[in-house]
Amino acid sequence: MGDLRRELRLTLGHRPRPVPVFYARRTMTQSTSSARLITPTRLGRWVLPATVGFALLVLALWFDTSALTDTALLPVSDWVDVAMNWLVRDAAIFGLGLSDVTRALAAAAQWPIEVLQKVLAEGWVSGAGFNKTQVLPPASWLGVTLAAALLAWRVSGPGLGVFAAFAGAYIALFGLWTSAMMTLASVLFCVLASLLLGLALGIRAHRSPGIEPTVRAVMNIMQTVPIFAYLLPTLLLFGYGPSAALFATVAYAMPPMVHSTVLALQSVPSDTLDLARMTGCSRRQTLWKVELPVAMPRLAIGLNQVVMMTLNMVIIASMIGAGGLGYDVLRALRRLDFGAAFEAGMAIVVLAVLLDRLTQALARNGSAGRKAGGWRRSTLIAVAGITVPTLLSLWLPALAVWPAAWTLSVAAPLNDAVTFVNQHFHDPLEAIRTFALLKLMNPVRDLMQVLPWPLLIGAVAACGGWLGGLRTAAVVTGLALFILVTGYWSAAMGSVYLTALSVVVSLAIGLPFGIWVAAKPRAQPAVQVFLDTLQTLPTLVYLLPAVMLFRNGDFSALIAIVSYAVAPAVRYGIDGMIHVPSERIEAAAMSGCSKWQTFVHVRLPSALPTLLLGVNQTVMMALSMLVIAALVGTRELGQEVFTALSQGKAGPGIVAGLCVACVALIIDTLLKSGAARATQRQGQTHV
Amino acid sequence: MKKTLAAAAMAGLLTAGSAQAFQPESDQPIKLMQADWTSMLVHTEILNIILSTYGYNVEKVIADDSARYPGFESGDLTIALETWQTTQDKAFNASVATGKVLDMGELGPKAREDWWYPSYMEELCPGLPDWTALKSCAEAFSSPETAPKGRYLGAPVSWGGFDEERIEALDLPFEVVHAGTDAAMFAELRSAEERKAPILLWIYEPHWAPSVYDGKFVEFPAYEEACYTDPAWGLNKDKAYDCGKPQGWIKKMAWAEGEKIWPCAYDIVRKFTVTGDEVGKMVYEVDVDGRTVEDVAMDWAKANEAKWREWATCAAN
Repeated sequence: MGDLRRELRLTLGHRPRPVPVFYARRTMTQSTSSARLITPTRLGRWVLPATVGFALLVLALWFDTSALTDTALLPVSDWVDVAMNWLVRDAAIFGLGLSDVTRALAAAAQWPIEVLQKVLAEGWVSGAGFNKTQVLPPASWLGVTLAAALLAWRVSGPGLGVFAAFAGAYIALFGLWTSAMMTLASVLFCVLASLLLGLALGIRAHRSPGIEPTVRAVMNIMQTVPIFAYLLPTLLLFGYGPSAALFATVAYAMPPMVHSTVLALQSVPSDTLDLARMTGCSRRQTLWKVELPVAMPRLAIGLNQVVMMTLNMVIIASMIGAGGLGYDVLRALRRLDFGAAFEAGMAIVVLAVLLDRLTQALARNGSAGRKAGGWRRSTLIAVAGITVPTLLSLWLPALAVWPAAWTLSVAAPLNDAVTFVNQHFHDPLEAIRTFALLKLMNPVRDLMQVLPWPLLIGAVAACGGWLGGLRTAAVVTGLALFILVTGYWSAAMGSVYLTALSVVVSLAIGLPFGIWVAAKPRAQPAVQVFLDTLQTLPTLVYLLPAVMLFRNGDFSALIAIVSYAVAPAVRYGIDGMIHVPSERIEAAAMSGCSKWQTFVHVRLPSALPTLLLGVNQTVMMALSMLVIAALVGTRELGQEVFTALSQGKAGPGIVAGLCVACVALIIDTLLKSGAARATQRQGQTHV
Repeated sequence: MKKTLAAAAMAGLLTAGSAQAFQPESDQPIKLMQADWTSMLVHTEILNIILSTYGYNVEKVIADDSARYPGFESGDLTIALETWQTTQDKAFNASVATGKVLDMGELGPKAREDWWYPSYMEELCPGLPDWTALKSCAEAFSSPETAPKGRYLGAPVSWGGFDEERIEALDLPFEVVHAGTDAAMFAELRSAEERKAPILLWIYEPHWAPSVYDGKFVEFPAYEEACYTDPAWGLNKDKAYDCGKPQGWIKKMAWAEGEKIWPCAYDIVRKFTVTGDEVGKMVYEVDVDGRTVEDVAMDWAKANEAKWREWATCAAN
C-alpha cells in the first residue's frame, strides 16, 4: 500500500510540500464558506430585512428601547438551571446514571495521566507526612532532555535538537522541572485526545454532509462559550480536580481539529480518489492509505492549533485543579512576584514551541512518506539516555531534582524593572490612559448603552440580508434576539464595545505589520516565535504589571485583549500577501503599475478574502479573551459569567456564556458571508 | 532489574506500614480541598502531614472558593479548613442547611476586611482613620475619570461587600471601581506604594499585604446586624449599610457522610486550630520570603508536634 501512495503522487504530480509555518496558522474556514455560496434573487435578498427593519423601527418609536424591561424577559436561565439539575442528578440511560458514566470516563482519563506524572514528575512515593519515603525517583531531567533532543534531531534536524536541549536546560536550571512535567503529562494526553476525537468527528462529518453544518455550529459554540460558564455542571459530572480541567481543555482545543479534518478531506483531489477506486481500495483502505496521507499537510494545521490552544488553556485549567506550571504562575502573581510568574510562563511557551515544531515535523515526514532508517538504534540510545541518568540519580540526587540552591532566577531584576518603570514613567502613561479612557473608550461605551436595540438588531439583520441572503439574515436576527430576551443586552453591549475597540486596535497594528513582514522572508522566523509567545505566554503574566501602570478597568482590559488578538491579525496579513498569485503581480508590472498601484489595485483585492478571515479570527480571539479581561475589572458578559460562578448558579453562567457565543456567531456569520462575497467578486473581476 | 526494584518497593511499603501502630478506619481517600490563597494552602498541608502520619490516605484537591459546595454535598470533597464568613456566609449556611455538610467549628483567626489606606495618606487627609474625614478630602483620592469624586478600589464584583450602598448611605463623595481579582487589587496597591501615590482600597486579613505595607483600616461606625437589615438603624435613618463591615469567623467544613467513615480523622479536624499570629507569620514566610508551602508547613508540624499529637489522641492508641 505504501507503494501505491508513492505511485499516486508520481502519477498525479501531487507532491505535498512542507507546510510553510505561517500558512499553518490558518483555521481553514475559507472553502466551506465559499462552498455554500447562495445567490438569491435581488428581491428576495431585500424584502425580508426591509420589512423586519421597518417593523423594528416602529417598535423603537413606541417603546423605551435601550433594553427590555424585566417583565418582557424570558426566564431562560431558570430553565437552564432546571435542565442542568436534571442532567446532572437524574438523567439516565438504561438505568445507568449519566453522572456515573461521566465519572467512569473521568477516572479512565485520569489513569494514564497519573502514570505519566509518576514517571515524569513525582516518582514513586510511599507514605506521607512524617512517614514519607521516595521509593523510586522520577525520570531524570537530564535523561528526558537528552531523549527529547535526540527525538527532535531525528524528526527535524540539528536546529530543533539544540532547541530541545536548551528548553530542557532552561526548565531544569530555573527550578521548574517538576511543574513542567506535571503540565506536560496532561498536555500530552489532551493533545492526543483532541487529535483522535477531532479526527473521528471530522471524518464522520465529512462522510455525511447532512450533519456537517450541525457539527460546525456545535464546535463554534464550544470554542466561544467561556469554560467558567459551564464549570459548575462540569464539576458535578466529572468531579473536582484534574479531570474537569481535562474535559474543559479538550472542549476548547478540539474544534480546530474537526474543522481542519473536514476541510482537509474535502481538499483531496477527486482524481486521486478515482485512482484509489480503480485500484480496488476498500473504503477503509481509501481513508487510511489515500485520503489521510494526502490530506496530511492540512491536518497538520489542525494539529498545530490543537497544541497551541491546549497550552493556552494551561492557566485556566490550573484555576480549576490541574496544577503544574499554570498553578505556579497563579501563585507567583498572587504574591505579585512578576519575575517568577514570567519564568514559569516562559516555560509554558518553550513547551508550546517545542511540541508545535515536533508535531509539524512529524506530520511533514508522515506526508512525505519518508521512512528514515536507524530508528531502532535511536530508540535504544533514547531509552539509555533516560534510564542511565535516572539510575544514577539514586546516588546523585541532583540528577533527580535540580538542587534549589543552584537554581537560577531572573525574577529579582525583572521585579526591579517593573518598579523602576512604575516610579519613573507612571505619569506620562497615566496621561495616555486618561486620554484614551475619557476621549475614546467611555464615549463609545456610553453610545453602545443608549443605542436602541431595535435599531441594532435591524442593522444586524440588514447586514445579514445584504451579505448572505435570507437565511443568514434570519440566523443573525435570531441570535441577537436571544441576547435580548434573556436579559443580557446591556452586558452584551459592554462586551461588544470592548471587543470592537480591541479589534480595531489589533487590526490597525497587526495587518499593516503583517503585510510589511510578508515582503521580508528573513524576518519571518523571528516574528513567528514572537507570535507564538504572544499566544501561549499566559496573559496574566503581563496583565498584572499592566495593571500597576494602568490600574484596574477597561484600559488594562483593552491591552490584554489586543496583545492576544493581534497575533491572528499579523498571521493573516502575512498569509494573504504571500499567497497573491504571482501572475497577477506580473500582469500588473507589465501594464506599468507603480508599486503603490500594484498594492492597492492588485495585491490588496486578491488578499481581501484572506484578510477578512483574519479579521474574523481576530474577533474570535478577542471574544475568547473577555473572561481574562474580566479579571482586571470590566463590566460585561465575562464578568457576568464569573459572578454567576461565584454565586454557585449554573443557569445565569451558562446563559451569559451563550450570549458571548451569540455575539461571536453573529460576527462570524456576517464576516464569512462577506468573505464569500469578496471571493466571488474576486472571481468575477479577475478570472 | 524491574523485578528487583518492584520487590524493593514492596519491602519499603511493608516497613512503612508496620511502623504505624494505628490503623485508620478506612483506606478511602480523604479529599482536602484547597483554594488558591496562601493561608489555606499552608493549613491544608499541615493537616495533610498530620493525617498522613497516622496512615490516612489523603488527597489534596484544588477547587474554586465559591464552586466548592456541590462537591461537599456529593462527597467529591471531604474537608476544607477555611470558609470565610466575610465572603461565603450565605452559601455556607445554605449548604449546611442541606444536612449534607458539617460545620466543623472555627479555625481560630478572625477575618477582617474594610476600606484601607497607606499611612502616608494621613498627611493629605488629616482626619483619618475616622471615616468622616473622607467627606472633605475625597479629591485627594480622586483619579481623572472620577474627579472630583474620590476613587475607591473595591473587591471583585463577585465578592459582594455592599460598598455602593455604603457610599450612598453615608453620603460619601466616592466612586467604586471594582478590581477584577485579588491579585489585580494588590498590584494597584503596590504601584501606589512605590510612588507614594493616593489610594484607598478594600483589604482583608489574614493577608501578607498589611504586614508589608504600613497603613490602617478606615474606622466606620461599628457593624451590627441591624445595620445591614434595618434602615432605621444608625446615622442614616432611611438606608441600611451605614456602618463598617462585619468581622467574621473562618470555619472548617466537611462532608457529613464522612463522619461515619473516618470518625477519628473528623475528631482531629474539629480540634485543629491555629492562632492569628501563627497564620500571619507563615503566610509572610511563604509570600514575602518565598519559601515553599511544604517547608513552612513541615516547620510548624515539627515545632508543634506535641500539640497535634494531643489533638490526635483517638489515633494514638
